[in-house]
Amino acid sequence: MTPTQPSSSSAEAVVSISGLSRHFGPTRALDDVTLHVPRGSVFGLVGENGAGKTTLIQHILGLLVPESGTVRVFGLDPVADPVSVLGRIGYLSEYRDLPSWMRLDELLRYTQAFYPTWDPSFAESLRERFALPASQKIRSYSQGQQAKAGLIVALAFRPDLLLLDEPSSGLDPVVRRDILEAIIRTVAEERRTVFFSSHLLDEIERVCDHIAMIRAGRVALFGRLDDVKQSHRRLLLRFDQPQPAPPDLAHALTLQGGGREWTGLFHGDRPKLMRTLQSAGAHVVAEESPSLDEIFVAQAALPRTAIR
Amino acid sequence: MHIQVQPASGTPIYLQIVNQARYLVASGQLAPGAELPPIRALAEQLLINPNTVARAYLELERAGIVTKRQGAGTYVSENPPTVGRGQRQRILSERADALLAEARQMGMGFDDVLELLRSRHEKMEASAR
Repeated sequence: MTPTQPSSSSAEAVVSISGLSRHFGPTRALDDVTLHVPRGSVFGLVGENGAGKTTLIQHILGLLVPESGTVRVFGLDPVADPVSVLGRIGYLSEYRDLPSWMRLDELLRYTQAFYPTWDPSFAESLRERFALPASQKIRSYSQGQQAKAGLIVALAFRPDLLLLDEPSSGLDPVVRRDILEAIIRTVAEERRTVFFSSHLLDEIERVCDHIAMIRAGRVALFGRLDDVKQSHRRLLLRFDQPQPAPPDLAHALTLQGGGREWTGLFHGDRPKLMRTLQSAGAHVVAEESPSLDEIFVAQAALPRTAIR
Repeated sequence: MHIQVQPASGTPIYLQIVNQARYLVASGQLAPGAELPPIRALAEQLLINPNTVARAYLELERAGIVTKRQGAGTYVSENPPTVGRGQRQRILSERADALLAEARQMGMGFDDVLELLRSRHEKMEASAR
């Protein structure tokens, strides 16, 4: 699969990853991953469980050393310069591993000590908006409240990059909405960037302007969300002759039907696709734009050998 | 401004906003001179990327439907262009083609589709009363 043309060069990228590979024993977790996260974007990372999303995020945080390839965050190597890099990243994972024995007010005072840019009044306004009791231990919080507490910790020093690893995992719609609002407010403030992974494609489609889809450690799609969507189309085809077996069409990710009528999801340049169809004796009866969910399912169902 | 977006629809979100705003203006529900919500407010209301709202507003401005006043927000133009008959036909033709294609795929004849449209229309009329 040819990656969609990246919309930005690495020069203006907040996160720039080139040729990154990583094995865990015999398992290839990341395989020649290249992607750039433009400043001011909301970047969505999608992929099935085990596709390598969390491994990729751990490289951005400098928690893993690249086996080969390079990772640059704000132009810096996060392994060599963790203080400069981590001091500018607000991070929240689905595990929300906060010190459960602390009260929220204690946690916020404690965290403040690490960040010169911490904004106590912003932290307090977030706490009020999330209706979190300050003098209660984190342990007594619900899952949703813990996520909100984690969000305050990630946001209150106004990081240049907000990095969220499956932030909505296991949360109810109300808390998920709070998280999306926080993402929107973060990017609305000039030049801040959000990078998040999610398996909820509806969320990705709402707030992301750039996406990368990874599959078995490889980048299957990467680019502006609009470009990714516009490079896929669902077509209803009518053939001149009945087709006894699914016709072998280049650009087809899926193909169902029988006889003269087949529907499928197609990827790639439209003029080329139309020429292919014409020479196969197929006429386009209807053309629709698929949702990201359909694209994802179709890409995920491709045999692994189809990914170059 | 009452706008709803469906992220999973094939139509890009910015275009959904542009189309709906266009109709709100054409139907008079958004009067000339009315102020559109600030980009950030609409983004938070619809839970979408502010850049998407900004892009929709830019398209509306280019089409002459809204006017940006420096530092003072976005307003419906005094003489907004109306949605022409040709454009309405074009939009509805696409929807009709999709319906006919799907009906054919399900083995439904043209008369059945007409009958279905009539019955849906009557139902809609009844519920509007």
